[in-house]
Amino acid sequence: MADIRLIEIKEDILSDNKDLADEIRGNLKRHKVFMLNLMASPGGGKTSLIVNTVRSMKDKFRIGVIEGDIDSVVDAETVVKEGVPAVQLKTGGFCHLDASMIKMALDEMDLINLDLIMIENIGNLVCPAEFDTGANKQAMILSVPEGDDKPLKYPLMFSICDVLIVNKIDYMGIADFDMDVLKERVFKLNPKIKIIEVSCKTGEGIVTWTRWLADEINICMRSAKS
Amino acid sequence: MHELSVTESILNIVLKHAQTNKAEKVLTIGLKIGELSELVGECIQHYFDYLSKGTIAEGAKLDIERSPIIFRCNECQNTFQVSLSDTKDFTCPQCHGVKVTLTSGREFYIKDITIS
Repeated sequence: MADIRLIEIKEDILSDNKDLADEIRGNLKRHKVFMLNLMASPGGGKTSLIVNTVRSMKDKFRIGVIEGDIDSVVDAETVVKEGVPAVQLKTGGFCHLDASMIKMALDEMDLINLDLIMIENIGNLVCPAEFDTGANKQAMILSVPEGDDKPLKYPLMFSICDVLIVNKIDYMGIADFDMDVLKERVFKLNPKIKIIEVSCKTGEGIVTWTRWLADEINICMRSAKS
Repeated sequence: MHELSVTESILNIVLKHAQTNKAEKVLTIGLKIGELSELVGECIQHYFDYLSKGTIAEGAKLDIERSPIIFRCNECQNTFQVSLSDTKDFTCPQCHGVKVTLTSGREFYIKDITIS
Protein backbone atom coordinates (compact mmCIF):
# COMPACT_ATOMS: atom_id res chain seq x y z
CA MET A 1 0.00 0.00 0.00
CA ALA A 2 1.37 3.44 -0.85
CA ASP A 3 2.47 5.69 2.02
CA ILE A 4 -0.02 8.33 3.06
CA ARG A 5 1.71 11.59 3.86
CA LEU A 6 0.34 14.73 5.47
CA ILE A 7 1.78 17.88 3.89
CA GLU A 8 1.32 21.16 5.73
CA ILE A 9 0.57 24.02 3.39
CA LYS A 10 -0.97 27.00 5.21
CA GLU A 11 -1.38 28.99 2.00
CA ASP A 12 -3.94 31.74 1.67
CA ILE A 13 -6.41 30.91 -1.10
CA LEU A 14 -6.94 34.53 -1.99
CA SER A 15 -3.23 35.43 -1.67
CA ASP A 16 -2.92 35.97 -5.43
CA ASN A 17 -5.67 38.58 -5.31
CA LYS A 18 -4.26 40.23 -2.18
CA ASP A 19 -0.75 40.40 -3.65
CA LEU A 20 -2.04 41.93 -6.87
CA ALA A 21 -4.19 44.40 -4.92
CA ASP A 22 -1.10 45.51 -2.96
CA GLU A 23 0.80 45.87 -6.23
CA ILE A 24 -2.02 48.04 -7.59
CA ARG A 25 -1.91 50.25 -4.49
CA GLY A 26 1.86 50.62 -4.91
CA ASN A 27 1.44 51.63 -8.55
CA LEU A 28 -1.29 54.14 -7.72
CA LYS A 29 0.89 55.64 -4.98
CA ARG A 30 3.76 56.10 -7.43
CA HIS A 31 1.38 57.94 -9.75
CA LYS A 32 -0.21 59.86 -6.85
CA VAL A 33 -3.70 58.55 -7.65
CA PHE A 34 -6.38 57.84 -5.04
CA MET A 35 -8.79 55.00 -5.79
CA LEU A 36 -12.19 54.47 -4.16
CA ASN A 37 -14.19 51.22 -4.38
CA LEU A 38 -17.93 51.99 -4.36
CA MET A 39 -20.35 49.16 -3.55
CA ALA A 40 -24.12 48.88 -3.13
CA SER A 41 -27.19 46.89 -4.12
CA PRO A 42 -28.48 47.32 -7.67
CA GLY A 43 -30.39 50.62 -7.79
CA GLY A 44 -28.81 51.92 -4.58
CA GLY A 45 -27.42 54.96 -6.36
CA LYS A 46 -23.82 54.17 -7.29
CA THR A 47 -23.94 55.75 -10.74
CA SER A 48 -25.94 58.73 -9.44
CA LEU A 49 -23.40 59.32 -6.70
CA ILE A 50 -20.53 59.11 -9.18
CA VAL A 51 -22.29 61.61 -11.48
CA ASN A 52 -22.89 63.98 -8.53
CA THR A 53 -19.27 63.58 -7.43
CA VAL A 54 -17.90 64.25 -10.89
CA ARG A 55 -20.05 67.36 -11.32
CA SER A 56 -18.89 68.76 -7.97
CA MET A 57 -15.23 67.81 -8.11
CA LYS A 58 -14.00 67.68 -11.69
CA ASP A 59 -12.76 71.28 -11.55
CA LYS A 60 -10.44 70.45 -8.64
CA PHE A 61 -9.49 66.83 -9.36
CA ARG A 62 -8.84 64.87 -12.54
CA ILE A 63 -11.27 61.96 -12.30
CA GLY A 64 -11.50 58.59 -14.01
CA VAL A 65 -14.14 55.90 -13.48
CA ILE A 66 -14.05 52.11 -13.73
CA GLU A 67 -17.52 50.73 -14.32
CA GLY A 68 -18.23 47.10 -13.43
CA ASP A 69 -21.35 45.37 -14.70
CA ILE A 70 -22.33 41.88 -15.71
CA ASP A 71 -23.43 43.30 -19.04
CA SER A 72 -24.15 46.62 -20.79
CA VAL A 73 -22.21 49.86 -21.26
CA VAL A 74 -25.06 52.05 -19.97
CA ASP A 75 -23.23 53.24 -16.85
CA ALA A 76 -19.96 54.05 -18.62
CA GLU A 77 -21.88 56.06 -21.21
CA THR A 78 -23.65 58.02 -18.47
CA VAL A 79 -20.33 58.88 -16.82
CA VAL A 80 -18.53 59.79 -20.04
CA LYS A 81 -21.30 62.33 -20.76
CA GLU A 82 -20.09 64.19 -17.65
CA GLY A 83 -16.73 64.72 -19.34
CA VAL A 84 -14.51 62.19 -17.58
CA PRO A 85 -12.88 59.02 -18.93
CA ALA A 86 -14.51 55.71 -18.04
CA VAL A 87 -13.53 52.11 -18.63
CA GLN A 88 -16.39 49.60 -18.70
CA LEU A 89 -15.64 46.10 -17.41
CA LYS A 90 -18.23 43.54 -18.50
CA THR A 91 -17.86 40.51 -16.29
CA GLY A 92 -20.30 38.25 -18.12
CA GLY A 93 -21.81 36.79 -14.96
CA PHE A 94 -19.02 37.28 -12.45
CA CYS A 95 -20.59 38.77 -9.34
CA HIS A 96 -17.79 41.02 -8.10
CA LEU A 97 -14.69 42.83 -9.32
CA ASP A 98 -11.29 41.56 -8.24
CA ALA A 99 -7.75 42.89 -8.47
CA SER A 100 -6.99 41.25 -11.82
CA MET A 101 -9.99 42.94 -13.45
CA ILE A 102 -9.11 46.30 -11.93
CA LYS A 103 -5.54 45.93 -13.20
CA MET A 104 -6.89 45.35 -16.73
CA ALA A 105 -8.94 48.53 -16.45
CA LEU A 106 -6.06 50.55 -15.02
CA ASP A 107 -3.86 49.48 -17.94
CA GLU A 108 -6.34 51.36 -20.18
CA MET A 109 -6.15 54.53 -18.10
CA ASP A 110 -3.72 57.44 -18.18
CA LEU A 111 -2.63 57.37 -14.51
CA ILE A 112 -0.18 60.26 -14.96
CA ASN A 113 -3.13 62.56 -15.67
CA LEU A 114 -5.52 61.38 -12.96
CA ASP A 115 -5.95 62.23 -9.27
CA LEU A 116 -9.04 60.18 -8.41
CA ILE A 117 -10.38 56.88 -9.75
CA MET A 118 -13.80 55.69 -8.65
CA ILE A 119 -14.68 52.02 -9.09
CA GLU A 120 -18.39 51.34 -9.48
CA ASN A 121 -18.47 47.71 -8.34
CA ILE A 122 -21.15 45.18 -9.34
CA GLY A 123 -24.54 45.79 -7.69
CA ASN A 124 -24.26 43.24 -4.87
CA LEU A 125 -23.97 43.47 -1.07
CA VAL A 126 -22.39 40.04 -0.68
CA CYS A 127 -19.40 39.17 -2.83
CA PRO A 128 -17.61 42.49 -3.43
CA ALA A 129 -16.87 42.71 0.30
CA GLU A 130 -14.61 39.64 0.04
CA PHE A 131 -12.34 40.82 -2.79
CA ASP A 132 -9.67 43.49 -2.47
CA THR A 133 -9.66 45.65 -5.60
CA GLY A 134 -6.49 47.54 -4.72
CA ALA A 135 -8.52 50.62 -3.70
CA ASN A 136 -7.37 52.97 -0.95
CA LYS A 137 -10.80 53.28 0.67
CA GLN A 138 -14.03 51.25 0.63
CA ALA A 139 -17.38 53.01 0.31
CA MET A 140 -20.89 51.60 0.31
CA ILE A 141 -24.30 53.06 -0.34
CA LEU A 142 -27.45 51.99 1.47
CA SER A 143 -30.59 53.64 0.14
CA VAL A 144 -33.49 54.45 2.48
CA PRO A 145 -36.08 52.29 0.63
CA GLU A 146 -33.85 49.22 1.19
CA GLY A 147 -34.54 49.37 4.92
CA ASP A 148 -32.58 49.78 8.15
CA ASP A 149 -32.16 46.02 8.73
CA LYS A 150 -29.46 45.54 6.09
CA PRO A 151 -26.55 45.67 8.60
CA LEU A 152 -28.13 42.60 10.25
CA LYS A 153 -28.29 40.76 6.93
CA TYR A 154 -24.95 41.77 5.42
CA PRO A 155 -22.55 42.25 8.34
CA LEU A 156 -19.34 41.71 6.38
CA MET A 157 -20.06 44.50 3.89
CA PHE A 158 -20.85 47.03 6.62
CA SER A 159 -17.86 45.98 8.70
CA ILE A 160 -15.23 46.44 5.96
CA CYS A 161 -16.26 49.88 4.72
CA ASP A 162 -14.62 53.20 5.63
CA VAL A 163 -17.71 55.21 4.73
CA LEU A 164 -21.43 54.51 4.43
CA ILE A 165 -23.47 56.84 2.27
CA VAL A 166 -27.16 56.68 3.14
CA ASN A 167 -28.82 57.73 -0.12
CA LYS A 168 -32.40 58.68 -1.02
CA ILE A 169 -33.00 60.52 2.25
CA ASP A 170 -35.79 62.25 0.33
CA TYR A 171 -37.70 59.01 1.02
CA MET A 172 -37.52 59.49 4.81
CA GLY A 173 -41.09 59.67 6.06
CA ILE A 174 -42.35 57.58 3.14
CA ALA A 175 -40.21 54.49 3.66
CA ASP A 176 -40.18 52.44 6.88
CA PHE A 177 -36.69 53.51 7.94
CA ASP A 178 -35.32 54.64 11.30
CA MET A 179 -32.00 56.49 10.87
CA ASP A 180 -31.07 56.19 14.56
CA VAL A 181 -31.66 52.43 14.52
CA LEU A 182 -29.60 52.09 11.35
CA LYS A 183 -26.68 54.05 12.84
CA GLU A 184 -26.77 52.03 16.04
CA ARG A 185 -26.68 48.76 14.07
CA VAL A 186 -23.86 49.98 11.82
CA PHE A 187 -21.68 51.39 14.64
CA LYS A 188 -21.94 48.10 16.53
CA LEU A 189 -20.39 46.34 13.52
CA ASN A 190 -17.95 49.11 12.63
CA PRO A 191 -17.41 51.91 15.18
CA LYS A 192 -14.93 53.76 12.96
CA ILE A 193 -17.18 54.05 9.90
CA LYS A 194 -18.19 57.52 8.68
CA ILE A 195 -21.91 57.83 7.87
CA ILE A 196 -23.04 60.51 5.41
CA GLU A 197 -26.72 61.15 4.58
CA VAL A 198 -27.42 62.28 1.02
CA SER A 199 -29.99 62.53 -1.69
CA CYS A 200 -28.45 62.24 -5.15
CA LYS A 201 -31.79 63.44 -6.51
CA THR A 202 -32.10 66.69 -4.52
CA GLY A 203 -28.37 67.22 -3.91
CA GLU A 204 -28.77 67.33 -0.13
CA GLY A 205 -25.63 66.15 1.71
CA ILE A 206 -23.48 65.89 -1.43
CA VAL A 207 -21.19 68.68 -0.16
CA THR A 208 -20.48 66.67 3.01
CA TRP A 209 -19.67 63.66 0.86
CA THR A 210 -17.34 65.51 -1.53
CA ARG A 211 -15.61 67.23 1.40
CA TRP A 212 -14.89 63.80 2.96
CA LEU A 213 -13.62 62.47 -0.36
CA ALA A 214 -11.43 65.52 -1.02
CA ASP A 215 -9.89 65.19 2.47
CA GLU A 216 -9.11 61.52 1.80
CA ILE A 217 -7.53 62.33 -1.56
CA ASN A 218 -5.36 65.05 0.01
CA ILE A 219 -4.24 62.77 2.86
CA CYS A 220 -3.28 60.16 0.26
CA MET A 221 -1.39 62.69 -1.88
CA ARG A 222 0.55 63.97 1.13
CA SER A 223 1.62 60.46 2.11
CA ALA A 224 2.54 59.65 -1.51
CA LYS A 225 4.84 62.68 -1.64
CA SER A 226 6.69 61.73 1.57
CA MET B 1 -21.67 31.97 -6.24
CA HIS B 2 -17.99 32.76 -6.51
CA GLU B 3 -17.14 29.43 -4.99
CA LEU B 4 -16.14 28.36 -8.53
CA SER B 5 -13.26 30.83 -8.84
CA VAL B 6 -11.97 30.17 -5.32
CA THR B 7 -12.18 26.43 -6.00
CA GLU B 8 -9.96 26.96 -9.05
CA SER B 9 -7.43 28.67 -6.77
CA ILE B 10 -7.63 25.81 -4.28
CA LEU B 11 -7.03 23.23 -7.01
CA ASN B 12 -4.04 25.15 -8.43
CA ILE B 13 -2.38 25.49 -5.02
CA VAL B 14 -3.05 21.82 -4.15
CA LEU B 15 -1.66 20.53 -7.46
CA LYS B 16 1.42 22.75 -7.06
CA HIS B 17 2.20 21.27 -3.63
CA ALA B 18 1.28 17.75 -4.70
CA GLN B 19 3.75 18.01 -7.57
CA THR B 20 6.52 19.41 -5.33
CA ASN B 21 6.00 16.46 -3.00
CA LYS B 22 5.87 13.93 -5.86
CA ALA B 23 2.37 12.77 -5.03
CA GLU B 24 0.53 10.15 -7.05
CA LYS B 25 -2.82 11.00 -5.57
CA VAL B 26 -4.31 13.71 -3.36
CA LEU B 27 -6.62 12.13 -0.79
CA THR B 28 -7.84 14.95 1.42
CA ILE B 29 -7.53 18.74 1.55
CA GLY B 30 -7.83 20.57 4.86
CA LEU B 31 -9.31 24.07 4.51
CA LYS B 32 -9.76 26.75 7.12
CA ILE B 33 -12.56 29.21 6.35
CA GLY B 34 -13.53 31.97 8.77
CA GLU B 35 -17.16 32.30 9.77
CA LEU B 36 -17.34 35.86 8.48
CA SER B 37 -16.80 34.51 4.99
CA GLU B 38 -20.03 33.80 3.17
CA LEU B 39 -18.58 30.95 1.10
CA VAL B 40 -20.56 27.69 1.23
CA GLY B 41 -18.56 24.50 1.91
CA GLU B 42 -20.85 22.13 0.01
CA CYS B 43 -20.58 24.31 -3.11
CA ILE B 44 -16.79 24.25 -2.92
CA GLN B 45 -16.76 20.41 -2.72
CA HIS B 46 -19.19 20.23 -5.61
CA TYR B 47 -17.11 22.52 -7.82
CA PHE B 48 -13.92 20.79 -6.73
CA ASP B 49 -15.28 17.39 -7.80
CA TYR B 50 -15.99 18.88 -11.21
CA LEU B 51 -12.75 20.82 -11.71
CA SER B 52 -10.41 18.13 -10.42
CA LYS B 53 -11.52 15.47 -12.94
CA GLY B 54 -8.51 14.07 -14.77
CA THR B 55 -6.02 15.44 -12.23
CA ILE B 56 -4.34 13.61 -9.35
CA ALA B 57 -6.69 15.49 -7.02
CA GLU B 58 -9.78 13.85 -8.52
CA GLY B 59 -11.95 12.40 -5.77
CA ALA B 60 -10.14 14.26 -2.96
CA LYS B 61 -12.33 15.06 0.03
CA LEU B 62 -12.42 18.59 1.38
CA ASP B 63 -12.26 18.82 5.14
CA ILE B 64 -13.50 22.31 5.99
CA GLU B 65 -12.88 23.78 9.43
CA ARG B 66 -14.82 27.00 10.08
CA SER B 67 -12.84 29.28 12.34
CA PRO B 68 -14.86 31.30 14.84
CA ILE B 69 -15.27 35.07 14.84
CA ILE B 70 -13.10 36.33 17.68
CA PHE B 71 -12.46 39.92 18.66
CA ARG B 72 -9.97 41.45 21.08
CA CYS B 73 -11.11 44.58 22.87
CA ASN B 74 -8.57 47.40 22.35
CA GLU B 75 -9.59 48.92 25.66
CA CYS B 76 -9.66 46.05 28.19
CA GLN B 77 -7.87 43.36 26.09
CA ASN B 78 -10.76 40.95 26.67
CA THR B 79 -11.18 38.43 23.86
CA PHE B 80 -14.68 37.36 22.95
CA GLN B 81 -16.33 35.15 20.39
CA VAL B 82 -19.31 36.22 18.32
CA SER B 83 -21.84 34.00 16.58
CA LEU B 84 -23.47 35.82 13.67
CA SER B 85 -26.68 33.88 14.09
CA ASP B 86 -27.02 35.19 17.67
CA THR B 87 -25.90 38.77 17.34
CA LYS B 88 -24.70 41.53 15.07
CA ASP B 89 -23.13 43.33 18.01
CA PHE B 90 -19.36 43.51 17.90
CA THR B 91 -18.89 45.59 21.06
CA CYS B 92 -16.98 44.21 24.07
CA PRO B 93 -19.30 42.32 26.47
CA GLN B 94 -16.97 43.06 29.38
CA CYS B 95 -16.40 46.82 29.20
CA HIS B 96 -18.86 47.70 26.36
CA GLY B 97 -15.93 49.22 24.48
CA VAL B 98 -16.46 49.80 20.78
CA LYS B 99 -12.81 49.73 19.70
CA VAL B 100 -12.26 46.08 18.87
CA THR B 101 -9.84 44.20 16.61
CA LEU B 102 -10.86 41.11 14.66
CA THR B 103 -8.33 38.36 15.41
CA SER B 104 -10.12 35.43 13.77
CA GLY B 105 -13.01 34.93 11.37
CA ARG B 106 -11.86 36.13 7.96
CA GLU B 107 -9.31 33.40 7.21
CA PHE B 108 -9.38 31.45 4.01
CA TYR B 109 -6.45 29.11 3.60
CA ILE B 110 -5.41 25.58 2.80
CA LYS B 111 -4.11 23.98 6.00
CA ASP B 112 -2.77 20.74 4.62
CA ILE B 113 -3.24 17.89 2.17
CA THR B 114 -2.83 14.16 2.53
CA ILE B 115 -1.22 12.46 -0.44
CA SER B 116 -0.04 9.03 -1.45
